[in-house]
Amino acid sequence: MEILDLSNSRDDEFISQVEEESGQRVRLCYQCGNCTAGCPYTFAFDIPVSRMMRLLQAGQKDQILSSHSVWLCATCESCTTRCPNGIDVARIVDVLRHMARREGYATERGVKVFWDSFLESVAKHGRVYEMGLLTSYIAKTGKVWTDAELGPRILPKGKLHLTPSRIQGREAVARIFQRYKEASK
Amino acid sequence: MSPAYAYYPGCSGLGTSMEYEQSTRAICEALDVNLVDIPDWSCCGSTPAHTVDHTLSCALAARNLGLVEKMGLDTVITPCPSCLTNLKTAVHRMGDEEFMRRVNSLLDEPVGNTVRVKSVLQALIEDVGPEKLAERVVRPLSGLRVAPYYGCIMNRPPEVMEFDDHENPVAMDRLMEAIGAEVAPFPLKVECCGASFGVARKDVVARLSGKLLDLAEANQAMAMVTACPLCQMNLDLRQGQINAATKSQHEMPVFYYTQLIGLALGLDESSLGLNKLCVNPGLALREAERKTAEAAS
Repeated sequence: MEILDLSNSRDDEFISQVEEESGQRVRLCYQCGNCTAGCPYTFAFDIPVSRMMRLLQAGQKDQILSSHSVWLCATCESCTTRCPNGIDVARIVDVLRHMARREGYATERGVKVFWDSFLESVAKHGRVYEMGLLTSYIAKTGKVWTDAELGPRILPKGKLHLTPSRIQGREAVARIFQRYKEASK
Repeated sequence: MSPAYAYYPGCSGLGTSMEYEQSTRAICEALDVNLVDIPDWSCCGSTPAHTVDHTLSCALAARNLGLVEKMGLDTVITPCPSCLTNLKTAVHRMGDEEFMRRVNSLLDEPVGNTVRVKSVLQALIEDVGPEKLAERVVRPLSGLRVAPYYGCIMNRPPEVMEFDDHENPVAMDRLMEAIGAEVAPFPLKVECCGASFGVARKDVVARLSGKLLDLAEANQAMAMVTACPLCQMNLDLRQGQINAATKSQHEMPVFYYTQLIGLALGLDESSLGLNKLCVNPGLALREAERKTAEAAS
């Protein structure tokens, strides 16, 4: 079992930053475990959600941001809905993910690449172009066989278009991304 | 005709969930629910945007809310729970003036946050209602036993979504009963299917969606009924992958609830996109017809 030296690794700045960005008070968590009990992803998490909350109270920035859990949370809202103290836990995990991105942690690279490819598609076309998203994911990960076996099931259905649906307002959407980028510099 | 709703189809409606989109439009027309398309709507940002930044995510949703304000309509409805969540979260968070100012600073034109957001499911329950729907049924699906699966975010968190019950939603159950179908108990109604991890982490979807298919089968459902494009895709398109990963042999049709309502209303199968489903629903529908005929004789 790994032993943490809390006195030397506690980052108070990290705690207040998470509280400010999420609008939540992390000290309200009393470790009832309800979030972990209801979280469908506990089986895949390296740090269960209640433990993530405890590590957060202890200011263990590196432990949390380098976890796989922050990338594997699907924001299904079980934890938020069931927290007896009204903590929006899913929003906290979202904020932890924002921080992990900013600080260059990406322990689930495939997940991050998928989400990034999605947003690149939106910034380019104004709407997501599903075939383009998949192609971009494959190009960036090199996983050429991703969902290849689904091709024969879905292509004859005519559900995947080979060209994007481009909208008039795609430049307006691109400007949203542009302004966001400038504002977060 | 009821008052008009601004209609937000969502990106997947143009592609992988086109049968949801087709059947939604078809039943709204048949039930006199008046949809007015938002001109030039854009993507709501879906899950990827809120994993990057909340202001960016809300701005992508808010551009569309601004377009609705310009249409002069007060309510927008969408079939997709992910779009619904993003639009509703934007409205909810923009209740904070400082946050709204930041969202508006990313947009060409500021929004006033005056628009209400609902799911098509909510509009059908509130505007049409199960009783009126039942009166319009010409082909009751009484031989069909279905497991209604709502997915995780249609009703959660309750203070944002403000619709139905967050642990045991019943809106879709009531519509299914109104068209004569038998509703099987389904205690995992709001459990996550694995969401958008299908591409990057198939193992996660196989486990979570596999559990849903197992339960539907254990409760003798002949089909599952969904209200979410992503849930439907995981359960239907990926059913073969799930069978391979979990050593199961499911052959469970996964309908959109709008398709079953359309069938009960006597609408043409092609207008409901039944041929777009991956697991062929023909066997279950024929079995249902046989049971209905048997019960009638």
